[in-house]
Amino acid sequence: MYAQMVKSEATQDDPDMLAAFQARVDAGEKIEPKDWMPAGYRKTLIRQIGQHAHSEIVGQLPEANWIARAPTLERKANLLAKVQDEAGHGLYLYCAVETLGVSRDELTEMLLDGRMKYSSIFNYPTLTWADMGAVGWLVDGAAIMNQVPLQRTSYGPYARSMVRICKEESFHQRQGFHVMMAMVKGSEAQKRMAQDALNRFWYPALMMFGPSDKDSVHSEQSMSWKIKMNTNDELRQKFVDETVPQAEYLGLTIPDEHMKWNEDTGHYDFTEPDWSEFFEVIQGNGPCNVDRIAARQKAWDDGAWVREAMVAHAEKKQSRKSAAE
Amino acid sequence: MSKEWPLWEVFIRGTHGMSHRHVGSLHAADAEHAIRNARDVYTRRNEGVSIWVVETSQIAASSPSEKGPLYDPARDKAYRHPTFFHIPEEVGKM
Ligand SMILES: [Fe+2]
Ligand SMILES: [Fe+2]
Repeated sequence: MYAQMVKSEATQDDPDMLAAFQARVDAGEKIEPKDWMPAGYRKTLIRQIGQHAHSEIVGQLPEANWIARAPTLERKANLLAKVQDEAGHGLYLYCAVETLGVSRDELTEMLLDGRMKYSSIFNYPTLTWADMGAVGWLVDGAAIMNQVPLQRTSYGPYARSMVRICKEESFHQRQGFHVMMAMVKGSEAQKRMAQDALNRFWYPALMMFGPSDKDSVHSEQSMSWKIKMNTNDELRQKFVDETVPQAEYLGLTIPDEHMKWNEDTGHYDFTEPDWSEFFEVIQGNGPCNVDRIAARQKAWDDGAWVREAMVAHAEKKQSRKSAAE
Repeated sequence: MSKEWPLWEVFIRGTHGMSHRHVGSLHAADAEHAIRNARDVYTRRNEGVSIWVVETSQIAASSPSEKGPLYDPARDKAYRHPTFFHIPEEVGKM
């Protein structure tokens, strides 16, 4: 998902403390920053929430690419508002992860030097305006699927930021679907663009949920701690089941010849994405990994003087104020 | 590397007369900057008409270990709730 393949840390804490902690989680109590928590819980959460935050921020880049090229002023305003929301999502999540004892600057540095990851999906390019439709519809759609259950996660600050995020997220998916609706009602060329965008984003969207459950080794601990609420395959199936009828409504074809309704299971059968591609992208070898990190590095470097000047200005104001008193 | 901006807690009052409510936190160089950022981060959809910010380091909080001594004494005082007192029906609404 926005946090894929988060390694769950083994924990070597006092067994009685661990049992008491697990009992609180099982009872549905929220764990708050000052409460005792297993070292592994803290570490896993830092990794997971941090990765989620980075994904929101890096995720602005593929869409920002189209703000100045939007076809109408209204679409431009919609997209701008959506991308601004994503900045907000990143900030809510950074604040949540900072309560676990890691600083904002450390988090940024870990993203820039590759110690922390962001979702594989944002390493794909956005080549046409139809991609803005596909991204909102599929990428935000997949994100919602994962974020809604996380509103019930055991860590209080994380759960609260998820509540805010989920409130804002459905506009994102709808504006994307709206772009797609306009495209498929347009000229033949526009319809082809819409189909092409779906073709390119379908499998990367399925990859967002992370590897298949049989290869997903970190799930169990995270699920008992309630920092992962569903398995990867459960969410992926749910996404497919919801998305297929939407594609049909648009008159677009999902690029999967094996996609078909299974009467017995009550779900669609579908082809899994190419997991070797997924691992390549995660390793840094996707089409845009280098560009994405370079853009974040540039923003960090170019913004340094602003960060410093704001502090200097605040200090000057403060000392003038105390001198006047 | 430069100093990190301090952390601020943000409280917002909506239009319906409720108290200011904690909505989250953010980094800013000073109070004025924190209010500006809070406006962008926490009120993009008319969530409020008034913003309070306070530097996180200025907040004193009760600690989780005090949970027992602080809150347990309230447990056996059910008479603080109106439903504790049974009023006969013939008295009417009270
Ligand atoms: Fe988001
Ligand atoms: Fe979104």
